[in-house]
Amino acid sequence: MAAPAVLAEQLSKTFRVAEKEPGFAGTLRHFVRRRYRRIEAVRGVSFEIAPGEVVGFLGPNGAGKTTTLKMLTGLIQPSSGRARVLGRDPYRREAGLLRELTLVMGNKQQLIWDLPVLDSLRVNAAVYEIPWAEAQHRTAELAEMLGVAEVLRQPVRKLSLGERMKAELLASLLHRPRVLFLDEPTLGLDVNAQLAVRRFLKAYRERYGATLLLTSHYMADIEALAERVIVIHEGRLLYDGPLGGLVERFAPFKEVRLMLARPAAAAAFARFGEVEEAGGLRVRLLVEKDRLTGVVAELLANFELRDLSVDEPPLEEVIGRVFAKGAV
Amino acid sequence: MRYLRLLGIFWAASAAARMEYRAAFVVAMFASVIETAGKLFGVYLFYSSGFELGGWPWQEALLVLGFAQLVDAFFLLFFVPNLRRISEMVQDGTLDFVLLKPVDSQFWVSAQKLDPIGLPYLLLGAAVLGYAGWASGLGAGGWAWLAFAGAGAVFLVYALAFLLATTSIWFVKIFNVVHFLSSMIWSAQYPVQAYARPFRLFLTFVLPVYFMTTAPAELALGRAGGGAPWAMFLVGLGLFAFSRAFWRFALRFYTSASS
Ligand SMILES: Nc1ncnc2c1ncn2[C@@H]1O[C@H](COP(=O)(O)OP(=O)(O)OP(=O)(O)O)[C@@H](O)[C@H]1O
Ligand SMILES: [Mg+2]
Repeated sequence: MAAPAVLAEQLSKTFRVAEKEPGFAGTLRHFVRRRYRRIEAVRGVSFEIAPGEVVGFLGPNGAGKTTTLKMLTGLIQPSSGRARVLGRDPYRREAGLLRELTLVMGNKQQLIWDLPVLDSLRVNAAVYEIPWAEAQHRTAELAEMLGVAEVLRQPVRKLSLGERMKAELLASLLHRPRVLFLDEPTLGLDVNAQLAVRRFLKAYRERYGATLLLTSHYMADIEALAERVIVIHEGRLLYDGPLGGLVERFAPFKEVRLMLARPAAAAAFARFGEVEEAGGLRVRLLVEKDRLTGVVAELLANFELRDLSVDEPPLEEVIGRVFAKGAV
Repeated sequence: MRYLRLLGIFWAASAAARMEYRAAFVVAMFASVIETAGKLFGVYLFYSSGFELGGWPWQEALLVLGFAQLVDAFFLLFFVPNLRRISEMVQDGTLDFVLLKPVDSQFWVSAQKLDPIGLPYLLLGAAVLGYAGWASGLGAGGWAWLAFAGAGAVFLVYALAFLLATTSIWFVKIFNVVHFLSSMIWSAQYPVQAYARPFRLFLTFVLPVYFMTTAPAELALGRAGGGAPWAMFLVGLGLFAFSRAFWRFALRFYTSASS
């Protein structure tokens, strides 16, 4: 196997944070004698990502995803363990490595707020020593892929959230990095904009063979982009493998959807599996795979049905279970 | 050179951003011109009476004042906007983007902003220095020293300002630093010899005020006999080296705003 593009070896990060009680007395005490608490944000996480791979990085709020990305991009130093990107230690922040990677954050922006996007691009072109003609060429190409060509001359503060995020991506990719770290790049975007960003990332990856590590709370992002997912919970690695395997492992269920001819009480379905929705004409059940054929036969025999379909459970549901279990 | 190009781009962008709000910019510029004129009038009143300060003839004391104005102009032009920006970037975590760029981060954070509001002060400083130099009868060598010493003084104040700005990595909000520095510059308007002795020692060895204006003036006037004025370059270089080391040290404590 080729050398990994990204490597995490027993990565850990402990933060020390000052705690303050609410109110004035609390403030005084806080001022005189601070009390600190240690937060183990990431605890011994290991994984490898091969060049060209796209990996979804999942976990509930506060799981340690952003902290891990910060260690991998060299913004903060691991408390222990080792991070390597393209074989180099990111915390040394060597110019050679910085030219090969990028970090996109859905909730922070590098664009200059009061000026048109092009001004920010000009700064980045100078920083990465891209001749302006070449930078313009790249800008045109990326802007076309993203569909934001028209707004590049508008001040950033006048762009919509979606336009701004796309422009942000453009600015982050002007130097054609080989390794992309994306922290919730679709945060707060509407469905269309999410789709556009997803398509763009896919196209970028195909065109430049880039490696992507991507976090998102929208499962559609992960389903569309990642073949492999890494799940962490409370700083620990829970799962690392193909997306399909996650469903196998944590949700050996199928989702059965019914359309009844006549309403039936929710209680009538409890014995078949987990009832997600019932009470009206529409019913959704989670049924264990082993019992599926039996349950379907019974449903057909006992209810008058307009329609019945069997599907994989929604990924959100599976992820919810993973987080709830909190163990492999 | 890449850094020079970057400097040009930063300043153009930052001036453009400031001028994006036209009305505010015009008002601020106007206020700055008025204030400059007021200062000039104060200077005129003070020195036209032929005062002697700490044994300095008035033309030479005016040179000290000129250096103070110059330093103050750079303070407004560069140091204040960048100081503010550093603490903002620590606060909202956008310092991340600077750290991820293949560029010296200290260069970036101390050069990214320029506030054109400082320009009238710069003109005033240059005018006062020019007039004082002429009145003190500087020769060609004296003028060369004046330019050199002026650059040295600005460099020294930069190093000091940056050193203080770096503390925002821990304290996040550092607006007091701006007040502290500007009162330091204010106290540098007069030759240190005009202050009582304990003060003078304080302004030389604790706060490097002596090296900001009195020392450059002494150099330009060819009074570097005791060697003390030369120390300004040592102090400047020392502070600069220290500010670089301190910045690198401080970044180890930067945890970047959570998200
Ligand atoms: N700079 C910091 N200082 C102190 N504690 C921090 C800091 N950054 C993160 N933490 C803590 O570390 C834990 C992990 O945070 P992190 O931001 O990595 O989570 P996340 O997985 O990105 O969550 P989310 O999905 O909400 O973005 C949290 O408990 C958080 O409070
Ligand atoms: Mg996060």
